[in-house]
Amino acid sequence: MFFTFMKIGAFTFGGGYAMISIIEDICVDKKQWISHDDMMNVTIIAESTPGPIAINCATFVGYQQAGLAGALSATLGVVLPSFFIIFLISLFFERFLEIRLIANGFKGVKVAVGILIWNGAVSMIKKMQKKALPMAIMAGSFGAMVFINLFSRNVSTVSLMLIAGAVSLTVFILRDLYK
Amino acid sequence: MLLELFLGFLKVGCFAFGGAYGAIPLIRDVVLSYGWMGDEELTYLIAVSESTPGPIMVNLATYVGSSQAGFLGAATATLAVVFPAFCIILLITAVLKTAVKNKYTQAVLRGLKPCIAGIILATGTNMIVSHCFISFPSIQPDIRNIAIVFLLAIAMAIWKKRFQKRLSPLLLILLSACFGVVVYGI
Repeated sequence: MFFTFMKIGAFTFGGGYAMISIIEDICVDKKQWISHDDMMNVTIIAESTPGPIAINCATFVGYQQAGLAGALSATLGVVLPSFFIIFLISLFFERFLEIRLIANGFKGVKVAVGILIWNGAVSMIKKMQKKALPMAIMAGSFGAMVFINLFSRNVSTVSLMLIAGAVSLTVFILRDLYK
Repeated sequence: MLLELFLGFLKVGCFAFGGAYGAIPLIRDVVLSYGWMGDEELTYLIAVSESTPGPIMVNLATYVGSSQAGFLGAATATLAVVFPAFCIILLITAVLKTAVKNKYTQAVLRGLKPCIAGIILATGTNMIVSHCFISFPSIQPDIRNIAIVFLLAIAMAIWKKRFQKRLSPLLLILLSACFGVVVYGI
């Protein structure tokens, strides 16, 4: 199990969602460690809990298959390859950037990162329910965040999230009572 | 230092809903407020994390930890970012199987998702705008970066029309590096 997840960790580019499809391919179709329904459930749980989605999936599959030891080895397996790759890169990265051609390349990349993040947000918004409350929360947190950035106020994004969660819960309870 | 790294990334691990893009604003928040790294270096890092295998959050934690306190720092930060997710999943699968389906949990989550989407959108917008304009000494457009945004937008549009799907992040990063070499080279 450790080596299977190490392979998944070493060869999946593109973060969480790319990893889910690969975990599904290997753990459901090839090794049959968990059922397709379970995999659907993990995806939902992974999306609703904090932390890297790949870690959530690995922990779940590992636990289902071999308890705590399984969960530990699957999680370690996913994390270790990228840990060592990045650690190596971190040792050389700054010297690497001193080469002019590479520095110029990274100036271009810097611009692309903004676009990537923006794209990520847009596809999240597309998947959202187009109802009044979610849209209002979205617009509100967008506005608050722009304000924080513009005036460099020291407000944590965590507090925005706590407020949004609280607002949504309150509205839900009020609607419940109203009925 | 190690304790700061652990606490900072524990916070990221606890609140990073919605995968990698949800984590980026948080990591920026934590890294910039502790003063571990400048905005520019962090942006480079996000690109490196996108282009190397593995979870983006783990990649970022490893690098930030390593740059601050060597191998131990990298191990500490990585452990801290993974730990909450690991525990929460164990708890859910072992004990609280129905907790996620609980209507009140769902209500909170329904509020969190759009909030995160808004935060990510603002972060992306902020990054693009701040690259396109130099704010010091006075606000003026940065022609080279605007040119790169323009070129990338064209490339993305062509790709979408041609192959009916989005340009993958890895290709986008490679392409932007080429544009950077060209635009900043002349």
